[in-house]
Amino acid sequence: MRIMSPLIAVLALVLVALVTAQVPGGQALLGIILPYLAFALFLGGVVYRVQHWAKSPVPFRIPTTCGQANSLPWIKQNKLDCPSTKAGVIGRMLLEVLLFRSLFRNTKAEIYEGPKLVYGSSKFLWLFALLFHYCFLVIILRHLRLFMDPIPGFVAALEFGDGFFQIGLPVFYQTDAIFLGALAFLFLRRVLLTNIRYISLPADYFPLFLISGIAITGILMRYFLRVDVVAIKQLTHGLATFSPAITGQIGSIFFVHIFLVCALLIYLPFSKLMHMAGVFMSPTRNMMNNSRMVRHINPWNDPKIKPHSYASYEDEFREFMVGADIPVEKELPAQPAEEEVAKAVE
Amino acid sequence: MADTKVAQMKEKVVKEPSLMTGAVPAKDWWDVEAVFKSGNYCYPAKASMVAYHNKNLPGLFGEPREWDPESDNWNLPENWQEILLNGLKERLDKFRSLKIFMDCCVRCGACADKCHFFLGTGDPKNMPVLRAELLRSVYRNDFTLAGKLLGKMAGARPMTFKVLKEWFMYFYQCTECRRCSVFCPYGIDTAEITMMARELLHLVGVGTNWILEPAANSNRTGNHLGLQPHTFKENAEFLLDDIEEATGVRLNSLNFNRKGAEILFVIPSADVFAEPGIFTFMGYLLLFEHIGLDYTISTYASEGGNFGSFTHNSLMKKLNGKIYAEAKRLGVKWILGGECGHMWRVLHQYMDTMNGPADFLQVPVSPITGTRFDNATATKMIHISEFTADLIHHNKLKLDKSRNDHRIVTFHDSCNPARGMGLIEEPRHILKSVCNNFYEMPENTIRENTFCCGSGTGLNTGEIMDLRMRAGLPRANAVRHVADRHGVNMLSCVCAIDRATLLALNQYWNPEVEVCGVSELLGNALIMEGEKERETDLRFAPLAGMEG
Ligand code: SF4
Ligand code: SF4
Repeated sequence: MRIMSPLIAVLALVLVALVTAQVPGGQALLGIILPYLAFALFLGGVVYRVQHWAKSPVPFRIPTTCGQANSLPWIKQNKLDCPSTKAGVIGRMLLEVLLFRSLFRNTKAEIYEGPKLVYGSSKFLWLFALLFHYCFLVIILRHLRLFMDPIPGFVAALEFGDGFFQIGLPVFYQTDAIFLGALAFLFLRRVLLTNIRYISLPADYFPLFLISGIAITGILMRYFLRVDVVAIKQLTHGLATFSPAITGQIGSIFFVHIFLVCALLIYLPFSKLMHMAGVFMSPTRNMMNNSRMVRHINPWNDPKIKPHSYASYEDEFREFMVGADIPVEKELPAQPAEEEVAKAVE
Repeated sequence: MADTKVAQMKEKVVKEPSLMTGAVPAKDWWDVEAVFKSGNYCYPAKASMVAYHNKNLPGLFGEPREWDPESDNWNLPENWQEILLNGLKERLDKFRSLKIFMDCCVRCGACADKCHFFLGTGDPKNMPVLRAELLRSVYRNDFTLAGKLLGKMAGARPMTFKVLKEWFMYFYQCTECRRCSVFCPYGIDTAEITMMARELLHLVGVGTNWILEPAANSNRTGNHLGLQPHTFKENAEFLLDDIEEATGVRLNSLNFNRKGAEILFVIPSADVFAEPGIFTFMGYLLLFEHIGLDYTISTYASEGGNFGSFTHNSLMKKLNGKIYAEAKRLGVKWILGGECGHMWRVLHQYMDTMNGPADFLQVPVSPITGTRFDNATATKMIHISEFTADLIHHNKLKLDKSRNDHRIVTFHDSCNPARGMGLIEEPRHILKSVCNNFYEMPENTIRENTFCCGSGTGLNTGEIMDLRMRAGLPRANAVRHVADRHGVNMLSCVCAIDRATLLALNQYWNPEVEVCGVSELLGNALIMEGEKERETDLRFAPLAGMEG
């Protein structure tokens, strides 16, 4: 269920694209209207979501301190895992966003007779997550060649580096293979590791299948099926310059590819994939651990909430306090009535 | 003691089919019901306790009533779902953390096996990610487009009684230790989610007595046991006799509610009435006498530990407010805090925001070394370990390390000082200066990776002993490791809850290992003016070479 329904959903998307590409006007819908719409929804959605988050204040300063704090001058602070300055936080965030610092800590716990708990190092998730995200980035950047004229230098450089081994024709990009491998890893991990399988929802498989669909159609298009590259470039350039036109026989596979990309763009702002923006706003990571140095303001702090007052405390316990030689603000009445004292003692 | 004998438990945690031992549950998690039976839940709050808090903070603790978790009727208010959903909406608007944590989890599972409750029980819903999903599923249903459109397919669930039961069960099997947050790529802190969920539960009157009663006591009498001022003072003074017996020195600096003292000293109140906390308290007093500190202890603000923080941010604020109020009344210059975990989470990350600015105080300066504590320029409150480490660094203490030679010591980082403050090296510096035999537990179980004692956030109650012994297993296991390898016989810590809970935990898993506060070991080592030849430590155990 959890795996099949998202798979069927993605296959259905493929089918929709294949059929639509055949009907009159369908190609314009898939190749022109939908991409604009999807891009607008994507941008609008992401902006909306980030604003929606930003609307809620951060009432308390709650960084998770993952190392020694700024303390006495002779105690070495862990400036990156427990930053107390802006620069430190920037460093921490860069490590988190660029190198997935926290995932790097990952361990795997096992229990043996004894009982004995053992925590083994487990860096595969970190490695493949990193590979997945970086390959994705490279692939997106490589696609810029379709939208820009002239092709920016860094894109050309990226392509050159990526096709370094000069295998095959057209030149084979390593990132394509690594990307597919990483996707396969992320999928297999979800299916094979018992606890990950147990927590996985359709919403976890769906993006994996969708992105796999995009990757597979892209690879098919580049290496295996014949498509009219000149026509595609004309269309994509046209899209970028707001004068799109579909000429020639582009090939259905292209439309499947672009349809899935559009689906991803539309889906993204409403899904867990928003972690790409959320990570920057996570209060346990992006705050300085300086809460004893600088007062953090909570906009909804309620000044009406007062502690149980000392006066009422003393009123309740004055006799006892005086009896125990604890200083008081108000002395007892000169001669306390005896029965009152007796009552209080009760 | 726990219902299950330790020999049996040793088998169970390894062999019993659970997600930890590799058995996959037959049902999806949303189809598994939470079943309450004696031993797996904390007793509900008495109506009188709920009424007490409701009087002070109207509307936050639900209608006072009697109810039984094992029954299918919790006597909830008619519109309890509406109350919860409105409460969730309010919190989404108030806490960005909640929104981000609800939206960003990718269920990568990195946090799954990081929680001590999961490691000890193998219960899938004790994986932080699933614990959070219990709330997240409801959030999706009512607050997200995907959830509204796709329902179950998007992982959404309506708020039902079944879900409420899960909340009460699993948000009271989280000690807000933040270990999961260290490993999450987005820093998702299930502790934060648990805090929100407990606030919500309280709105419909679902809370536990072991939290609400101590919180009520703290509010009224200043300390969680409800000791009245004279009793509190007597208890503390009683310890002077013990100190005299062990050291031959009669201390005369202990005093209460004294105006004009330089420093207000705030402790977790357990340190004046429960073993082994009292030995830690003796350590504090010896230190203050040793350096001639001008301090006072307040009976009114005699509880630094904040039981309100286990319920609702308003009650946290209300209880915490006493500390500044008392510092102001007494006219002290700054505040010193004793060894306590949750207390320091509140003091470090919440106090100034909630009850500051402390503009009537001065930046703490050690009267002995002249060190200005620039890390507390706003709060004006420092930790006893910071204070002591500075004294030792400047060679201001006369110490005889060998008086702890009968102890082979390790150190338990309490969750809150480690992950909510960053107090990691200070206690270690003290320990290395006051004892000769100090060994660290394995890397994955200390510092920011430390494992909870298993009974924090008000779970250290007798009715859930089995659960606590399981949740404490990862910590106990690390202690076992150094006990076997190095002969460790003393587990030190800087937390009052730990001193109570690790004691029970060790009695169960590692009976040969005792528990102490860092300041107790300091007290043993301090060479006091006019002392007799010491034959025992502060708990009257013979020193090395004095066993005869
Ligand atoms: S580590 Fe973070 S993102 Fe991953 S499952 Fe846990 S809470 Fe979710
Ligand atoms: S905060 Fe601690 S107890 Fe709670 S889920 Fe995370 S690891 Fe478990």
